[in-house]
Amino acid sequence: MITKTAEHTVIGTRPPRADAFEKVVGKAVFGPDVNLPRMAYGRILRSPHAHARIVRIDPTRAEALDGVYAVATAADLPEAADRTERVGEGNVNYKYMRDNTFAGDKVLYHGHPIAAVAARTLQIAEQALELIDVEYELLDPVLDVRQAMAADAPLLHEGMHTRSLAGTADTPSNVASQFQFLQGDPEQGFAQADVVVERAFETAMVHQGYIEPHAATAAWDADGTLTVYTTTQGAFDIRSQVHELLGYPLSKIIVVPTEVGGAFGGKNVGYVEVPAAVLARKSGRPVRVVMTREEVFLASGPSSGTWMRVKMGATREGRITAAEVELCYEAGAYPGSPVGAGANCILAGYDIPNARLDGYDVVVNKPRVGAYRAPGATQSTFAGEAVIDELAEKLGLDPVEFRLRNIATNGMPRLNGGFHEHIAAREVMEAVRDHPHYNAPLERGTGILRRGRGVGLAYWGNWGARSSVTLEVNADGTVSMLMGSVDITGTRTSIAMQAAETLGLSLAHINPAMGNTQTSGYSDASGGSRTTMATGVAAVKAAEEVIAKMHERAAAIWVCEPEQVAYTNIGPDAGTFTCSRNDETMTFAEVAAKLGGTGGALRGQGDVNVRRWGGAFGANIADVEVDIETGSVRLLRFTAVQNVGKAIRPGQVEGQLRGGATQGIGWGLYEGYAYDGQGHMLNANFLDYKLPTALDVPAIETEILEIPWPEHPFGVRGVGETPIVGPPAAIANAVYDAIGVRQGFLPMTPARILESMGII
Amino acid sequence: MADKVHVTTLLNGESVEFLCAPSQTLLECLRDILGLTGAKNGCNDGNCGACSVLLDGRLANSCLVLGAEADGRTVITIEGLADWAGLHPIQQSFVEEDGLQCGCCTPGMIIAAKALLDREPNPSDGRIREWMAGNLCRCTGYETITRAVRRAAAHLNGEGAEG
Repeated sequence: MITKTAEHTVIGTRPPRADAFEKVVGKAVFGPDVNLPRMAYGRILRSPHAHARIVRIDPTRAEALDGVYAVATAADLPEAADRTERVGEGNVNYKYMRDNTFAGDKVLYHGHPIAAVAARTLQIAEQALELIDVEYELLDPVLDVRQAMAADAPLLHEGMHTRSLAGTADTPSNVASQFQFLQGDPEQGFAQADVVVERAFETAMVHQGYIEPHAATAAWDADGTLTVYTTTQGAFDIRSQVHELLGYPLSKIIVVPTEVGGAFGGKNVGYVEVPAAVLARKSGRPVRVVMTREEVFLASGPSSGTWMRVKMGATREGRITAAEVELCYEAGAYPGSPVGAGANCILAGYDIPNARLDGYDVVVNKPRVGAYRAPGATQSTFAGEAVIDELAEKLGLDPVEFRLRNIATNGMPRLNGGFHEHIAAREVMEAVRDHPHYNAPLERGTGILRRGRGVGLAYWGNWGARSSVTLEVNADGTVSMLMGSVDITGTRTSIAMQAAETLGLSLAHINPAMGNTQTSGYSDASGGSRTTMATGVAAVKAAEEVIAKMHERAAAIWVCEPEQVAYTNIGPDAGTFTCSRNDETMTFAEVAAKLGGTGGALRGQGDVNVRRWGGAFGANIADVEVDIETGSVRLLRFTAVQNVGKAIRPGQVEGQLRGGATQGIGWGLYEGYAYDGQGHMLNANFLDYKLPTALDVPAIETEILEIPWPEHPFGVRGVGETPIVGPPAAIANAVYDAIGVRQGFLPMTPARILESMGII
Repeated sequence: MADKVHVTTLLNGESVEFLCAPSQTLLECLRDILGLTGAKNGCNDGNCGACSVLLDGRLANSCLVLGAEADGRTVITIEGLADWAGLHPIQQSFVEEDGLQCGCCTPGMIIAAKALLDREPNPSDGRIREWMAGNLCRCTGYETITRAVRRAAAHLNGEGAEG
């Protein structure tokens, strides 16, 4: 094991990102940029109804249109296994995935795919969609999570029965599953409380809002190899999905990941890969299917709308005695909401002796949700942190002081089972307490414009899982790096930096690249904030193998035993082999130059399945200005604090903190799916579904804490997800501080603010 | 199908001719006919700015312009900024300031920045944010983009890299 003890020379620096150059010149190939000879254009027919039975699908007229090459429906897919597997940060059941690729006997949401067309031009494909005849029998939709839970609610899946620890219920229900966490004695805990706060919260469905739409291009070779170029977080996950839905061997499917124009959890599950593959097979041409923005909103995997209730009690001395939580999450059309992760994260930073949490995964007539950056945690944290804030207020305590009095520490039991390890929640909260922003005076305002400050504590558990890195030493001493992980955030650089640091070479010696399912070892999706952490472990392992093999080559050159060779990867002589037999030295490059004569190709392979990882706490401080006549909220100042373990490349970490915060700000103030009573989405575009612009967010300040996760070679924890979790909570608490009215709804649009004040 | 339109345009400094359907947008022509995929289709309705180009020197969403409208005009896309000598100072600044993450909005951002700096060599941060508000970025939180434009302005004004 090579252990670095001296100061790092690569890690912690700010080199240019390896992928930046192709991206600033516009040559980087993203999903929709793939263009193959003879390629046809694919488009998808989608349901105009939120809930209906399909009586008949007749593609005859479309197939007859000049320029149409193929039409595909569910009839072109084999039956899929009723089996659930983890994909990225969520789960998929392949039977449901088949029904969500092409509807079977029912459509379950506005935008549900029904059929697909491949044609000579996009225009012809769109004309053909109008010629596919579909006959529907309309059913009542159910759009609200609590309505869906009612005994007399219209059922999405007539055969679905609630699963729980008690078993499977007898009567069918829209509640796919329910669970309970219990700790201590909540009733007794509330009896001990001097102050009790109870509130209900609602949040609207939101979208990841990546700028690049889903896009896949499929091509079949004459030998039966299917190649799919797609924008995804996990090439191997997509390969599994295509394999399951087509019933086709894994070895005959090659998934080539393109550059990914934003994903945030939403590109773990495939939507257009299977339609493209089926159309390509039927038409005998490569087929590209690119979603429109409207399709992305209607029929990809947004994050759950929720209804939540939180009740908490505390003593006069400011100690929390009990909590009771109810989380009802919309799964969309098929089971699989992130309510479990929401339950894991709510109030995770506090020592709560008595607690009960009930979670419900509920289907509604909306798109099947996917993962969205810390899936499920942002919603539940909004609720939990509002009640924490209110308890502090009722006790007359500073909100940060109240949090610190109840902060969770190492060894404490967690509500979801297990114990906190190396959590550093206290350090994060203390960083807020000591931050110049938290201690800066705030002019509160007395007229129309009222100002306030709020904080929120956030947690995300992160992930480890499988990663693969290959390092091949070239004759000039440079190293070619191939990773199986898809780079969605600049990770080819942060992984290469860990390889360079371990090898004792400069970063310029390493040329990193993303592999595909044919060239790389199996790697799980880039999700769960795992890539720089787990793929970093793989890179370190690969680099260690390179060094071990280079010892043997050096020994062959020197005609000595490998044990007589030493290599240093630190200090001014880094990258040098020495021989204790003859006191000679050779550089890494000098040994590399002789690889041909000492045994041929030399590569180090790091294949890992990282089973333990460290969660990450973060916090936000928000200053807002509320216009009490219009209800609009303006952010004056915003700070993100996070413990990242170790910042491999601090510029990327700061980018994650600011970017996550900006998504959280959008979630807090602007973003939400809007539906009419029949379940038609009303705002499936970037005008009516507003993302924050450069004018909506201030220059977000960042503070990086480095309290290591001790089981990673460099101390890395996950970074990317925690940043989104706290902002809506911090903003809601700041709005309260400004106007004295608690906010129970996300997004906090001007209308909602005015409603909360009783003005409209 | 309707007859195709013959378009002659000065594209990234070169005279280019192409045929397109009357209904095809300039963005479609660039991407699907001319093979220039730097401009991205993020929304196809002018709300994201990822397809930004310079049309006769003015910032335009190429998804809102017909290909036929480019006839007799000059078009500059992201592919027209760098040359063999290296990156354009705006591109260089985006690299140096980490003014990108996924890179999907980046071509549009850089074109929008060029349109700004061509007219206003010394914009304030507030002015930069106002100008760039037509271009959505979902990754960065905009701060490093603002810094990149500020740095590019300094470069273009002949100030040092630290400017």
